[in-house]
Amino acid sequence: MSLDLEVVTCQLHCSLPLSSFQDSTFVLFLTQNIPTPLPLSYRINSTFPHVTPYVIFATSLYLFYTTHKLLRQKHFPPPPEASSMAKSPESEHPIKAYGYAARDTSGVLSPLTFSRRATGDKDVRFKVLYCGICHSDLHFVKNEWGVTTYPVIPGHELVGVVTEVGSKVEKFKVGDKVGVGCLVGSCGSCQSCANDLENYCPKQILTYGFPYHDGTRTYGGYSDHMVADEHFVLSWPENLPLDSGAPLLCAGITTYSPLKHFGLDKPGMKVGVVGLGGLGHVAVKFAKAFGAEVTVFSTTPAKKQEALEGLKADHFIVSKDPEQMKSAASSLDGIIDTVSATHPIAPLLSVLKPDGKLVLVGAPEKPLELAAFSLIAGRKIIAGSAIGGLKETQEMLDFAAKHGVTADIELIPIDYVNTAMDRILKSDVRYRFVIDVANSLKAP
Amino acid sequence: MGSSPETEHPVKALGYAARDSSGVLSPINFSRRETGDEDVRFKVLYCGVCHSDLHSVKNDWLNAKYPMIPGHEIVGVVTEVGSKVKKVKVGDKVGVGCMVGSCRSCDQCDADQEQYCSNLVQTYNSHADVTYGGYSDHMVCNEHFIISWPENLPLDGGAPLLCAGITVYSPMRYYGLDKPGMHVGVVGLGGLGHVGVMFLKAFGVKVTVISTNPNKKEEAVGKLGADSFLVSRDQQQMQAAVGTMDGIIDTVSADHPLTPLISLLKPNGKLVLVGAPTKPHELPAFPLLFGRKLVGGSLIGGIKETQEMIDFAAKHKITAAIELIPIDYINTAMERLQKSDVRYRFVIDVANTLKST
Repeated sequence: MSLDLEVVTCQLHCSLPLSSFQDSTFVLFLTQNIPTPLPLSYRINSTFPHVTPYVIFATSLYLFYTTHKLLRQKHFPPPPEASSMAKSPESEHPIKAYGYAARDTSGVLSPLTFSRRATGDKDVRFKVLYCGICHSDLHFVKNEWGVTTYPVIPGHELVGVVTEVGSKVEKFKVGDKVGVGCLVGSCGSCQSCANDLENYCPKQILTYGFPYHDGTRTYGGYSDHMVADEHFVLSWPENLPLDSGAPLLCAGITTYSPLKHFGLDKPGMKVGVVGLGGLGHVAVKFAKAFGAEVTVFSTTPAKKQEALEGLKADHFIVSKDPEQMKSAASSLDGIIDTVSATHPIAPLLSVLKPDGKLVLVGAPEKPLELAAFSLIAGRKIIAGSAIGGLKETQEMLDFAAKHGVTADIELIPIDYVNTAMDRILKSDVRYRFVIDVANSLKAP
Repeated sequence: MGSSPETEHPVKALGYAARDSSGVLSPINFSRRETGDEDVRFKVLYCGVCHSDLHSVKNDWLNAKYPMIPGHEIVGVVTEVGSKVKKVKVGDKVGVGCMVGSCRSCDQCDADQEQYCSNLVQTYNSHADVTYGGYSDHMVCNEHFIISWPENLPLDGGAPLLCAGITVYSPMRYYGLDKPGMHVGVVGLGGLGHVGVMFLKAFGVKVTVISTNPNKKEEAVGKLGADSFLVSRDQQQMQAAVGTMDGIIDTVSADHPLTPLISLLKPNGKLVLVGAPTKPHELPAFPLLFGRKLVGGSLIGGIKETQEMIDFAAKHKITAAIELIPIDYINTAMERLQKSDVRYRFVIDVANTLKST
């Protein structure tokens, strides 16, 4: 048979108009994404009308599927991931939520309606009762670390009451008091995770401002409720106050963990604490609870009374006073340095005994100046530590409950939060603000 | 009364001393004390040349007292012992390292960590007492600070262990980097570094040598038995090794950045400094926090541990790679040491070449 072909370019969709078989015409439509023009339609005139339709039909089907497959492979982009879909915080999840968020680098917080995922099999959903304000919240809302995406709802010292649990949750039931700290996820399979050190997992997921497993961003505790994987939810001890215990979820574990890990938790040890703020005051309390003799180092002489009388520290040294520092030379087993402002470490190393340990838990941005000989002559160590794993955080809470360790707090309504942030900048708080979320955060 | 080195003690001695911060060494007649009840007197056979000797004679550390007779990697044979000495007898081979005295009553001394005693007496150029080191014909030393020399440990190749050896051995033990299967880096392949590689291999540790000099790869891997070699200035190589090491022994005393080394550590990893640059390091805090990593120092080791190290070296046949030299070559040796032109330690053949004039 002879075939006369007429080429016509077409657009948009494939169709086989069967009614055209009579004159042996069929048209293939394809999308605009094809980079090179292809002959797409053929008007076929055949001298064997009774056979031709079947041939044409088969051919067209073959062409249709082949081209379709090729095009999909080469030209159709893979379906967009959930995170890149432009969904608003309010619509990305099925359950409505509301909180206070920062919208830009001014860091000013204001009400935000957003949403949280439904309670999965291993999830625990809880109403937020209290949330501590950590200095990290302030760094984050102002994007001082360059990692913030707005809007951001901070808060990683949350305490609440369980409202729903997933079908596979074993540790909690509705009505239980719980806490969530700085982590809501990790890889679960690396060496750190295997050693209950989720805080050193390279794929850890922070409680706020981080991409979660589903690609959406996490929102923290300045909000009405939260949902978290059971593994990252802490059981709240009966006799631990909810409000003044909340800051332990970050400040507490941050100081408890290195005291234990670096062996500074033995009775009679001489431990220094540098800086008397949110971290420092809790470090003093834990060190005292371990039976240590505690020296507070501060640049502010006015904090002496609080340190000695309020917090029951044993000694107080003004770190900028060389005479006082000299009197403490080679006397301490270890120091927990909570200060994040840039400061010299040589004087701190000099007050350590041989084999002494300086542990940084505050993170100065600029590098510190370290004379190697100050470590070598005395086999001293300078180390860092960041929060703690979930198992240790639970242990810390239980220890705090047993020994009556809580933070010194100022309880505030949520609409005070911006003023609180300003005051934190000026270190005008003794020593942690805690937001009375349940009583002050109202649904819009 | 200004007694001179030659007259201050009753027993004549001969050595090589630096007279000023040029560091040039030349013969000196001096004197040593008589053998006390607890003393061991020995003829010096060999003495290693440590880079600290070079720093000291040139007054790099601003604490030099001249004339200075350096040398703290000393091996010899006992010629006389005091009445209360039990450890060794005449004819025994012995070693003396970097210390000849301490208070013997503080916490550090009680813990066999005499090197951290605040009243430490160093083998030469000590702060309070005047001491003269091993570039000399003989020495007298309190029994406590004498190391018994194992039968099968070569005297010349073993001498550098008394400083270089203990300096790397001690932190491997203390910081727990001596467990089979661990992965430990050694920065710098010189006197300290090459001995460090050998000890780590003897512990069953996987060793990566980190160096600025690509030419050292063959020696590191081929001769010393290191498992791998990293050029520290090669970004790609360093990137590939991020987060792979349990610890690093950093022997380098030239200025160098610590941040890239910290990145090589696994979480809970340890960077141990045994070399001391003159300028302070820049230490970033974040990499320490997010990984609970530490930077620690270490200074030689206590006497008990030095003996343990020497016995370990004898058992595992570890000796330094040395170039044996006559004592009158010492100034040339110092110049070559300055240029790192030695594989890997000079050892002075004292007994055969130090002659009275």
